[in-house]
Amino acid sequence: MTATATAGARAEASPTELTMAGALGAALRDAMAADDRVVVYGEDVGPLGGVFRVTDGLQAQFGEDRIWDSPLAESGIIGTAVGMAMYGLRPVVEMQFDAFSYPAFEQMVSHVAKMRNRTKGRVTLPMVVRIPCAGAIGGVEHHSDSSESYWASTPGLTVVMPSNPADAYSMLREAIDSDDPVVFMEPKSRYWARAPLALPVTTAPMDRAVVVREGTDVTLLAYGPTVRTALEAADAAIDEGLSIEVVDLRSLSPFDDETVGASVRKTSRAAVIHEAAQFGGYGAEVAARVTERNFHHLAAPILRIAGFDIPYPSPKLEEHHLPTADRVLAALDTWEWDA
Amino acid sequence: MSHDGHMSLNVEHLPTRTLPAEKPLRLLDNAGHAVSGESTGGFSLPDVETLLDLYRKMVVARRFDVQVTALTKQGRLATYPSAFGQEGCEIGAVASLDAVDWLFPTYRDSIALLTRGIAPGEILQSFRGDWHNGYDQHAYRTAAQATPLATQALHAVGLAHAARLRHDPIVALTFIGDGATSEGDTHEAFNFAAVWQTPTVFVVQNNQYAISVPLARQTRAATLADKAVGYGMPGFHVDGNDVAAMYAVTTAAVERARAGGGPTLVEGVTYRIESHTNSDDPTRYRSSREVEHWKRRDPIERLEKYLVSEGALTESLRADITDAAEDLAAATREVMTVEAELDPLELFDHVYSRPRAALAEQRAFLEAELAEAAQEAGR
Repeated sequence: MTATATAGARAEASPTELTMAGALGAALRDAMAADDRVVVYGEDVGPLGGVFRVTDGLQAQFGEDRIWDSPLAESGIIGTAVGMAMYGLRPVVEMQFDAFSYPAFEQMVSHVAKMRNRTKGRVTLPMVVRIPCAGAIGGVEHHSDSSESYWASTPGLTVVMPSNPADAYSMLREAIDSDDPVVFMEPKSRYWARAPLALPVTTAPMDRAVVVREGTDVTLLAYGPTVRTALEAADAAIDEGLSIEVVDLRSLSPFDDETVGASVRKTSRAAVIHEAAQFGGYGAEVAARVTERNFHHLAAPILRIAGFDIPYPSPKLEEHHLPTADRVLAALDTWEWDA
Repeated sequence: MSHDGHMSLNVEHLPTRTLPAEKPLRLLDNAGHAVSGESTGGFSLPDVETLLDLYRKMVVARRFDVQVTALTKQGRLATYPSAFGQEGCEIGAVASLDAVDWLFPTYRDSIALLTRGIAPGEILQSFRGDWHNGYDQHAYRTAAQATPLATQALHAVGLAHAARLRHDPIVALTFIGDGATSEGDTHEAFNFAAVWQTPTVFVVQNNQYAISVPLARQTRAATLADKAVGYGMPGFHVDGNDVAAMYAVTTAAVERARAGGGPTLVEGVTYRIESHTNSDDPTRYRSSREVEHWKRRDPIERLEKYLVSEGALTESLRADITDAAEDLAAATREVMTVEAELDPLELFDHVYSRPRAALAEQRAFLEAELAEAAQEAGR
């Protein structure tokens, strides 16, 4: 499915099977058509359409003043986007892979995150940094990192991660419309996930978590690639007589304490799942804050089912590293259930 | 892949392959005599009115700088990086900008901000420790003084590119220090600007030291302006203590950028007479003899000699300029004796456009803590 076909689907407003990559491309296309301040640049986003083809066809439609290939330098991409946003444009830039975003770390944490606060709101940076993230795509080294906790622990950044095509479209449109800088993380392993979509689609606000499956016994907190893992675990748990509720966090910063708290107080048990290493990972914050706010409703400690505390493995070994539905269910078995 | 048809690339523009002059280009020598011939690089001395204006700006700037350094020693400011001795670079460059143009300064460039019309109290908010940035960037078209080295150069390139995409004839000028030329962002800014042909002027103030580390430990290049050649943009090696030359070269670079000619690199060779900041001890890394050598190359004295010899700087004009400088110093002292009223709850108010529940909770926490402390104090 190309993004061009996506635009046709939008005009007809009838459901069409779309991948997440296609939905993201459609969101960029519609945002660029709606607002000429939206510009898109990065490495290989032009004629190639990005290494994941998210920007496929956009340069042909909008021209090289709206979407172009930049020099290959991530700090340069983010730093120039700061200047463009200061001037009133709404740049949407691509980092290609999360491990390749690290050269831009200083620009991100020292300027993108701090500009609004530094200037008491006189300078806002309406920019979106798209970062293909996480693994499970058989990538060689540096192509499967999970960098979300670096961004989520930086005040001033808004960090979101969709898990499905509908959210991908809706949340990217909202991120581009936001006056604040948004780190928009796209789980690589879900780029090819398909769903029937009638565009434009509006899902829940991007700063809210969503209960994607209701249950009564356990709350699984997941985001991006692990939402599917959680849903698989919930399916498998039926055989064991366990009713699992799955919450798709969607927004990592801010964290939706309200939705998550309501679910956890209902089920009294929770586990958080992510691909990133466990130590100091995003799940540590989730477990801590959900416990602090809901301790008296909890029947058991909140578990973290995460990647091991190792550098991301080579392709032939990554299956041992990534959380699976089996690993989730085994973890839930470590709780005492009779009390 | 050819870039044919890309609006941002001027295919007729042939990248320069000419190295800048090895001897810094100058229009006035150290004795205040107008220079002729090759070392002018073909630039002409600005007219006397312009030179008088530059002189006035430098004198006022230095008085401000000396005043703020004194206030810092008295403990009124957390820190202040002085530009004493660099007035030729600072003023020559910033005076070349129009009001519509943007300046992207570093922490050392407070006198450039002053020259742009920003009030002392607004400039010094950050160094006093009140808030990280105290002036309206859009009103003065002056970005916050960058502390992380060279990061602001990329902002200047991005803003200039945005202006170009919007067909606004605006130039962005950024200051970079000699130490910062070692940073990756300097390279990326030079390269992005050259590839995109953005209306950006890079002014490298080579003041010989990055805190304590001399230029020889930053580069093996004969001049910092040489670096321009590798990016395909013109580079100028200029005597930074000759404000006339700095002004002439930077003005040409600004005009070239505004006309669509792309970026230029200007290196001003100068010297930081003061220490890096008040917490620095320069006797550990440089000799007093070296400092004396540079004091004899003072940018203000040089222009003064010329203007006096031309009969342009009359005693009454000199008195008038001195009065203006003293008035500004007095105003600076006055504004710095008044402690700003800071509201700790404002810490939460500007982080995001969209309110966050967690920040509202933390704000309420601090509010309660402050109320309790106030109650305790009143007891």
